[in-house]
Amino acid sequence: MDWIQLWQIASAPDNVPILIMLALVGFYTCYAFKQAFANDRLAAELEADPVMQKTHHRKRFPFQKGWAERVHVWPYLLKIEFLAAIIVTAILIVWSITLDAPLEEPANPSLTMNPSKAPWYFLGLQEMLVYFDPWIAGVVAPGIIVVGLMVIPYVDVNPLGNGYYTYKQRKFAIWTFLFGFLILWVLLVFIGTFIRGPGWQWFWPGTFWDHHRVVHETNRNLHEIFGISGQPAEGIFGAAVVGGYFALGMAAFHVLFKKFANNAYRAMNIVQLLIVNSLFVMMMGMPVKIIARLAFRIKYVWVTPWFNI
Amino acid sequence: MATEPTSTESKKDPKSNGNGDDQSLGRKIKEGIDLAKNDPREGQIWTSVIRHKLDDSPRNRSLAVLSNVFLHLHPAKINRDAVRYGFTWGMGGISFYLFIVLTLTGVFLMFYYHPTKGQAFRDILYLRHDVPYGNLLRNMHRWAAHAMIITVWLHMLRVFLTGSYKPPREFNWGVGVLLLVFTMLLSFTGYLLPDDQLGFWAVTVGTNMARATPFLGHEGPFGPQMGMTAFNDVRFALLGGSIVDSNALLRAYIWHCIGLPIVLSVFLIVHFWRIRKDGSISGPAPIKLEHDFKDWAPAKA
Ligand code: HEM
Repeated sequence: MDWIQLWQIASAPDNVPILIMLALVGFYTCYAFKQAFANDRLAAELEADPVMQKTHHRKRFPFQKGWAERVHVWPYLLKIEFLAAIIVTAILIVWSITLDAPLEEPANPSLTMNPSKAPWYFLGLQEMLVYFDPWIAGVVAPGIIVVGLMVIPYVDVNPLGNGYYTYKQRKFAIWTFLFGFLILWVLLVFIGTFIRGPGWQWFWPGTFWDHHRVVHETNRNLHEIFGISGQPAEGIFGAAVVGGYFALGMAAFHVLFKKFANNAYRAMNIVQLLIVNSLFVMMMGMPVKIIARLAFRIKYVWVTPWFNI
Repeated sequence: MATEPTSTESKKDPKSNGNGDDQSLGRKIKEGIDLAKNDPREGQIWTSVIRHKLDDSPRNRSLAVLSNVFLHLHPAKINRDAVRYGFTWGMGGISFYLFIVLTLTGVFLMFYYHPTKGQAFRDILYLRHDVPYGNLLRNMHRWAAHAMIITVWLHMLRVFLTGSYKPPREFNWGVGVLLLVFTMLLSFTGYLLPDDQLGFWAVTVGTNMARATPFLGHEGPFGPQMGMTAFNDVRFALLGGSIVDSNALLRAYIWHCIGLPIVLSVFLIVHFWRIRKDGSISGPAPIKLEHDFKDWAPAKA
């Protein structure tokens, strides 16, 4: 174990925000789930008790006797906002006094930083560069993420769980979103910061970042495994593989979604179903390709003269 | 409250000074002293600025919010539950506050910064070592930027987990996604400005991806077929050149200090306006049950 190196990485000023981010994301996820489970218990209670259903106003946090339902923004909300501003300012000042923003040597195009890393919040995309060509990792994937996020409200037809924490009433939505956010975004940021060392090689936490380490990875393309060579055979083979992945993936998703999320399935129209299905299968393509690369050393599954996937 | 005017005559006819034709200076001075004894909160200056009374009444509490251009983003009254920390985590508000902090510290930094090669790096050294509180200023700007990214992510997480993007708030979620993108782009463009190795290589890595843009990048799929070269593709447009150099620094500077803050502010206005128009924040709402929605409840076999 090289603890000193681990400490150096963790305490690098620009990496401190990442540690804070990891802690906060963990904390708030738990905080949300605590409230979600409490609400789910209440929902189950009400669901089972037709009398209570009618009389109970179903507020998680009932008003005290004699309290007005609505309060004035001044002072009730503004007081909190003012307090929050003071606390945030105090934290920021202490943070800024104790930790200096990094400043390296002046920019020097002839002296490559190794590893040269994107800002931490983009490290997920940089990590995708290992598995995909830049046009996917740097352009298409972020584009799909942004569009995918924006369509969520239009494809999530579930009328439940609007304005309160719940898990039981929105299982599929919550699993899908958290998988994307926690695994495909936050975890990749973590890997990019703490595990990727010089040459963007994989260093387990605590191993020494050896700048001279040479790894002989022989990556192959999928068509080579099947003994196919030359165009257009490679291109056709790859198109079949990728097309097959989508065909099978979407068929499987369709069957499973219909079975396990039947409410949603019945409420959705064909366009909504297609969008959710294809976005989900695309999202799952990321971990599939990651595993193909890490476990089977496969570089490309589809090679054409114009692009490779 | 208001003290009684000392001169009783002045009450009878406000237009007259109550002294007939006495125009002497002594009279004016005496009137001035009388005036000074009045409560300033009754005077013209005060009432022109603050248009409501100050005693603690429900009406004045509402007016305090409604007659203030900054506070009137808020409604006069909200659900008691809506101020519960556990529901919103305050992350949207904190993001906005950090944006204000960044604007202020950023303007101060601009006083010391020249977006030119060579000088830029020296300016940062100057800020760190010579400008009074310059280092604190720079640190605050840096850490507030990182913090804002974290709080915006957390804000999105809570909006998702409370299902607050559901009708009628679909559009505002979309606006939020754009705010997320602009927040990250703002931070990214700022990264280059110190003109040090860290920023230079981060931006090099980042913009190298742009040359792989399909159709629009010279190394992207179908880019060459579209006639893209290193000197006319989308990366060239971003950098103002084919390498990260002085033009790139200037472009990053202008996007960072002018372009993106304006765009972000515009979307923020829409975001806040929409929160109000969509009926304030979504909750904490009463829990719904499956059987409330006949069409939604699972089909009975
Ligand atoms: C610069 C970034 C942003 C700022 C300053 C901001 C600010 C705010 C504020 C102050 C609120 C009021 C409630 C609260 O504090 O939670 C709010 C609500 C909301 N925000 Fe944002 N926001 C930002 C980004 C986002 C993002 C990234 C999303 C989603 C992708 C989003 C979606 C929403 C929605 C849907 C609401 C309504 C929530 C509800 O009704 O409970 N916002 N925003």
